[in-house]
Amino acid sequence: MGVDMNQNAEKLLDIKDLSITYITDDATIYAVNGLNMELYRGETLGLVGETGAGKTTTALAIMRLLPDRIGKITSGSIRFDDVDVTAASEAEMRTLRGERISMIFQDPMTCLNPVLTIGDQIAEVLESHGITSKEELSKRVDNILTLVGLPPERKNEYPHQFSGGMKQRVDIAIALACEPQLLLADEPTTALDVTIQAQVLALMKELRQKFNTSMLLITHDLGVVAEVCDRVAIMYAGEIIEYGTVWEIFSGTEHHPYTKGLFGSIPSMSEGQRRLRPIDGLMPDPAVQLQGCPFASRCPQCSDRCTAEKPASHRAAGGNIIKCHLFEGEDAGGGNDAGTAG
Amino acid sequence: MPAPLVEVKHLKKYFKTPRGDLHAVDDVNLSINQGETLGVVGESGCGKSTLGRTILRLVPHTSGEVLFEGKNILSYDTRQMKALRQDMQMIFQDPYASLDTRFTVSQIIEEPLKICRKEMGKADREKRVKELMDTVGLAQRFVNAYPHELDGGRRQRIGVARALALNPKFIVCDEPVSALDVSIQAQILNLIMDLQEDMGLSYMFITHDLSVVKHISNNIAVLYLGQCIEHAPTEELFANPIHPYTKALLAAIPIPDPSKRSEDREIIRGEVTSPINPPQGCRFAARCPYAGDECRGKPIELKETRPGHFVACMKFF
Ligand SMILES: Nc1ncnc2c1ncn2[C@@H]1O[C@H](COP(=O)(O)OP(=O)(O)O)[C@@H](O)[C@H]1O
Ligand SMILES: Nc1ncnc2c1ncn2[C@@H]1O[C@H](COP(=O)(O)OP(=O)(O)O)[C@@H](O)[C@H]1O
Ligand SMILES: [Mg+2]
Ligand SMILES: [Mg+2]
Repeated sequence: MGVDMNQNAEKLLDIKDLSITYITDDATIYAVNGLNMELYRGETLGLVGETGAGKTTTALAIMRLLPDRIGKITSGSIRFDDVDVTAASEAEMRTLRGERISMIFQDPMTCLNPVLTIGDQIAEVLESHGITSKEELSKRVDNILTLVGLPPERKNEYPHQFSGGMKQRVDIAIALACEPQLLLADEPTTALDVTIQAQVLALMKELRQKFNTSMLLITHDLGVVAEVCDRVAIMYAGEIIEYGTVWEIFSGTEHHPYTKGLFGSIPSMSEGQRRLRPIDGLMPDPAVQLQGCPFASRCPQCSDRCTAEKPASHRAAGGNIIKCHLFEGEDAGGGNDAGTAG
Repeated sequence: MPAPLVEVKHLKKYFKTPRGDLHAVDDVNLSINQGETLGVVGESGCGKSTLGRTILRLVPHTSGEVLFEGKNILSYDTRQMKALRQDMQMIFQDPYASLDTRFTVSQIIEEPLKICRKEMGKADREKRVKELMDTVGLAQRFVNAYPHELDGGRRQRIGVARALALNPKFIVCDEPVSALDVSIQAQILNLIMDLQEDMGLSYMFITHDLSVVKHISNNIAVLYLGQCIEHAPTEELFANPIHPYTKALLAAIPIPDPSKRSEDREIIRGEVTSPINPPQGCRFAARCPYAGDECRGKPIELKETRPGHFVACMKFF
């Protein structure tokens, strides 16, 4: 799906050179550093990276929900369809958040109101979209619950009466109530058991097809990415260090050393090898602004240049885009989006 | 044939609740061989942690036996238990929650020595702490650091060092890598495997992550609502899963390979139900697409299908 049509497909989200810092009492945290990303209609982009990579910060910036005063966009632009998110008024943003972009958070507890029934919470979202007739509301609530596999009879129950998997489905139901053009899903299945995760992923795939929703799926699970994404962006220390179609990332031969490390770290279900090949060391301190490549300190192929100079993005033979000096001069074909990986 | 170090026989742990008995562990039988790892898998709430804690006598059991080196430790008195504590340790999922955060790294690691090796002097303890930090790959410069100053991987290394302090024979690892990022998870898994090789440790490795359990275990027990429904050598379990729940669990793991994308994989419906006064019969019957009358009403026994492969299912065995 999606990938091959992108030549003609419409760009829904376009992020250019985005940098975000958090200013706290004791430090400035460089959370996102010159990130480029684009997302087409109907496409699912997987944003993969370890804790602290800046995934949630990126999603919050798209919604313009960075914490007041602390979180700041220091450079770059975010365009959603016809709206310039970095410049839009608060009223415009409210409409955008209410009608066109929805977000699902990792912990379903956080965004459900414990004192409102599930049905009332869905109805509230619908009401804010101008549905006022009692019958119409009740009918839509039932439809939405059925859609996500919950019995409509349970709409008068409160969040604590549902299991984690059910709450996450209620969350998805609420996120979908306004049929958004873009769904930002921040680790939506990380807290769930695998059989429940399989149910939720199947549901998300089904709904995406039904409504042609674009999705930014944030995860650290490469299995989930392979299962549902069209394209993949690998994020490390606030930068996208590799970007490509799911095929390029999972089957191509040329990769960023960090991507290789990530794949070497996962226990394989098929291979017999016993010792894993983890990446040594830790992510760099986000309070230090780096001169060179953020992965340099952990990279087995690091040279002097890597610590001194930020690498540009290069297109590998397989088509994926890699931000690494090793691939300099190797740019295959003059794809005009060779510069789009962050 | 390696000798079993730990044998669990008809072990039950019920919790009293206002709505009735909660069957957290319900007639579990298993064994762990010297120097080997038994993986225990199942979804949240199926009783994995309670099983581990009951075996270590961190919670009192309801009935059954736990044999350690052939002796039933559930009948031990306090004094016998104290000696045994040194042989059996636990590593927890959330190293932060399980470490005393007011203590420094060295204080945390030396605590078991202070309690159980009273004859040890301060200098010997310090030497032992240094040794343990080397063993688990913690740089000496962290000796006076506090847990909150360290990342998740290093905190878990403290947890491992502390568990190793008294030279145990058996360690229950309760989701030790579940809270860690993959690159750090791989470092800790390698450490746990290396320690086993070097010291001949035996593990019960609890996890909900089947790729991790496949990687680390010699044998695997699959739990569902407090019961072991399948138990087999790792290769055998993955090659020939028999119980419909085991099959569903294996089918649900997303494979990091887009060519194996399963557009129409079989997804089991529903969720794990309440373990309070569960009905007689197969606990999975309510979700099982194959369940029939024979699956309900009477206890289903774990039976051996091939050497070492046990399954509790009326339909497929
Ligand atoms: N409210 C905040 N104040 C200060 N630092 C923050 C805040 N939120 C996130 N950070 C920091 O920003 C970086 C990126 O975090 P985040 O976007 O949450 O990463 P991810 O979602 O990939 O785990 C991290 O170093 C994190 O500690
Ligand atoms: N101290 C306790 N009191 C009452 N119920 C408990 C207690 N500890 C665990 N349980 C219940 O026992 C069952 C098994 O829990 P647990 O062993 O933590 O499962 P797992 O580790 O597989 O997620 C769950 O239903 C849980 O709610
Ligand atoms: Mg996050
Ligand atoms: Mg547990």
